[in-house]
Amino acid sequence: MTVMTSSSPLIIKGVSKQFTLPGRVIDALSDVSFDIRPGQVTGLIGADAAGKTTLMRLIAGLLTLDKGSINVLGMEVAEAPLGIQSVIGYMPQQFGLYQDLTVLENLRLYADLQGLAQAQRPERFEKLLAMSGLAPFGNRLAGNLSGGMKQKLGLACTLLKSPDLLLLDEPTVGVDPVSRRELWQIVYQAVEEQGMSVLLSTAYLDEAERCHDIKLLHEGRLLAQGPPQHFTRPLNNRTFLVSSRAPGGKRQLKNQMAAQPWVQDALILGDDIRILTREALQTPNEFLHHNTVAGQSKLHDLKIEAVEARFEDAFVDLLNQQTESAPQSDPPTLDTPEIIASEFDDRPAIEVDQLVCRFGDFVAVDHLSFKVQRGEIFGLLGANGAGKTTTFRMLCGLLPATEGHLQVAGLNLRHARAQARAKLGYMSQKFSLYGVMSVAQNLAFYSKVYGLKGKKRQQRMEWAIETFELQHLLKQPSRDLPLGFKQRLAMACALMHEPDILFLDEPTSGVDPMGRRDFWNKINALAEAGVTIMVTTHFMEEAEYCDRMAIMANGRIMALGTPAEIKQEAGHSVMEEAFIRIIEADKAAETKP
Amino acid sequence: MAWLSWARIWALTIKEFRVLLQDKRARFVVIGPPIIQLFVFGYAATFDLKQAPVAIFNQDQGIISQEIIGHLAGSDTFEIVAQLHHQREVAPLIDNKKALIILNFPSDFSSRLQETGTTQLQVIVDGRNSNTALLAQNDIMQVIKTFNEQWAQAHQLNQAPVSLVQRNWFNENLKSNWFFVPGIVALIVLVVSLLVTALSVAREREEGTFDQLLVTPAVPLEILIGKSLPGLMIGLLESNIIILIAVFWFDVPFRGEYFLLQFALIFFLLSAIGVGLMISALSTTQQQALLGAFMFMVPAVILSGFATPIDNMPDVIQWLTYVDPLRYFLVVVRGVFLQDLSLETLWPQIWPMMLIALFTLSSAAWLFRHRNA
Repeated sequence: MTVMTSSSPLIIKGVSKQFTLPGRVIDALSDVSFDIRPGQVTGLIGADAAGKTTLMRLIAGLLTLDKGSINVLGMEVAEAPLGIQSVIGYMPQQFGLYQDLTVLENLRLYADLQGLAQAQRPERFEKLLAMSGLAPFGNRLAGNLSGGMKQKLGLACTLLKSPDLLLLDEPTVGVDPVSRRELWQIVYQAVEEQGMSVLLSTAYLDEAERCHDIKLLHEGRLLAQGPPQHFTRPLNNRTFLVSSRAPGGKRQLKNQMAAQPWVQDALILGDDIRILTREALQTPNEFLHHNTVAGQSKLHDLKIEAVEARFEDAFVDLLNQQTESAPQSDPPTLDTPEIIASEFDDRPAIEVDQLVCRFGDFVAVDHLSFKVQRGEIFGLLGANGAGKTTTFRMLCGLLPATEGHLQVAGLNLRHARAQARAKLGYMSQKFSLYGVMSVAQNLAFYSKVYGLKGKKRQQRMEWAIETFELQHLLKQPSRDLPLGFKQRLAMACALMHEPDILFLDEPTSGVDPMGRRDFWNKINALAEAGVTIMVTTHFMEEAEYCDRMAIMANGRIMALGTPAEIKQEAGHSVMEEAFIRIIEADKAAETKP
Repeated sequence: MAWLSWARIWALTIKEFRVLLQDKRARFVVIGPPIIQLFVFGYAATFDLKQAPVAIFNQDQGIISQEIIGHLAGSDTFEIVAQLHHQREVAPLIDNKKALIILNFPSDFSSRLQETGTTQLQVIVDGRNSNTALLAQNDIMQVIKTFNEQWAQAHQLNQAPVSLVQRNWFNENLKSNWFFVPGIVALIVLVVSLLVTALSVAREREEGTFDQLLVTPAVPLEILIGKSLPGLMIGLLESNIIILIAVFWFDVPFRGEYFLLQFALIFFLLSAIGVGLMISALSTTQQQALLGAFMFMVPAVILSGFATPIDNMPDVIQWLTYVDPLRYFLVVVRGVFLQDLSLETLWPQIWPMMLIALFTLSSAAWLFRHRNA
């Protein structure tokens, strides 16, 4: 490496950037300053719309600065954007792979574009293919790779010329935990072997712990920076696991804990509740028994034990400090929807038996069987391409099953009369809204399509606007909404007609931790009211919120049970690790004939 | 039809209008290009000569040649680009396409006419484009004929030139504009309704809202009606604006029944909307839909008889034209504009469009639900 390795490869000083939309101005970045250390992975962490992508594009010279300066490898971005683009590697969120070229052809094309010498190619290709585990797929079309493999190929193309500075914009979004881990290994390898400096942005807070150094962005400002331990250390003796010896009722227990004035944050973790306290507690057991607000039974059954703090706790703590000055009004809780007792009361809400789906020769779903009870939150997890989405679409009646038996609310939605579909709500990961239509128009449209009329319709519209706090946004086109509000609006639309069963396809991807908590509070309330919830997710933490879950691989169910049972089965107490073990055990079984 | 909810259909229609018209750019695409196209095509697509370059080689000293040149100069058909003084200047002018026609007045042009009552004028025409050459010759003949008639009248000559009885039915002035502009009405209506509908389902698939729609209680027929109505209304409105422009701006006569045209137009629009929705239901992205729409549009125009007569096509190609809705509507629109044809005469053109509409619309509705992945 010819460039001075001692000085910082990236120095950002007082950077601001505004975007002008019709009618308003958005401050994407305000006065951000930091520099990164060479030969390290620096994490640019923040929720959606925190300004991560804008900053990445500014560094790569793809956008012009409003204020401040950016110095990359000793060059000013404003003066020499082309020079910088030739020495850095930049992988945008949607890397431009050519879907109709094979893996090798894509590599060759990018080698041509980056001017990699012919002599270096064989060695470099071999090395990158080995690193990314794509060597056996050299002749496969890029379009036929799974989401995780596409990201790995994109990363390989970016690494062709071994850049001195590597910019990765959310490389792990929408990627399953196994591929996520492999992507990180490639990054670490590049850092260790070539001394590359990496700036990586992510919305997954658990990835913060994998970085050497962290820059935390929030709403366009640099909120904090430092190594991960720097964030979690102050939280010693503030994070605990609360479990109840009395069976069931984890959602009530969570609500009870969250209502305690000394608890800052409460989350469901399998059968237990994980809490973050406002103050450090030296003797948590005594504290619990003396300070828990009376009037609640069964509290003497509680057990509390200290657990290690995570980066997310620090993030929540920091954000709460930010908003502490303005006392937060409690978000309105979800009204208990009236679930009309139907004749299916005693039957499972979803029943799947020997379900098969084939596309030509490819078996996407292979003899799947499971049941979901009324009022249960059921999670469907799996690697990219495991058949989750296909299963989901068959359950909603969007795709015909090739073979097998399938009942939702006692009906097969594929053949059931249209009115049967009024019993289910569906929310896709794209938050399917009509972008040019305003919030109010979207709500009005879905309420009418679901056949709501007159006063009832008026009531439901008001309910949706109030519950999801959309009052001040009614006239905004939905495409201009921040992601968190898009998700709220999509959920409002899906719940407008008070469905018995709610299908959620990766409902929180890209939403910040606060928005995610808010979302799950509403989901929990719905489940308590008897709504059955079926959810797919890549967030292992969300899997913990489910009552039961299934882990899928290659169209089959690998594990089925409560989160605690699954963790026990896999022999690891962390869900992500348990998930990876289960998937890898399956892969190992497959390679052995 | 009790199981169809009109409230739901209405909600779907309103939604479709909002998506099409609420966004400034989308609105422009629907309204702007058709009007611009009408003007561009209306002026561009013509068989008439306009400002054909003429050069004059006048060796005559008399005033009669000057009079003829005056006629030419005053006509919009010709533009005098050069006055020649030498025989050798003639050839290069034609070779370099500087002039389409050269008029050569011999030195005794005027004197001979005055002495004998007849005279000769040489016309040299660039024959490389036979079509244009023929038109140019024709137009020159027209000018000379007019002059002859006037001259004969003024001088009470008995040997007045025999005027050719040549009258063209329906287009007395041989204005090909009259032939083209009604065709353009049909063409633009096809383009607009096809694009509006071809993009609609594909757009929703791209954004994921189509799945969202399919999990609601809405049935495919309701979605189909909800998607067709806006296309039909926009198509009707736009075609009427274009008809008004054709009549009042391009002075094309409208001799037939207005309501007969509207009646046929509805079925033409429905068949185009059906094709559009079918393409859209088959596509996963808007790009595919756009390509599909063009793959249909270009052959549909070429095979319709818009520019070249269907009778001149080979038999196999002629059979193909029977599935082209534009083929039928062109006959209707030209017939109603220029000829005042009756419903009975046009019925054989209308029922095939009804059949095409029925087939394409029902296929589209079926594809909404049965298309995998």
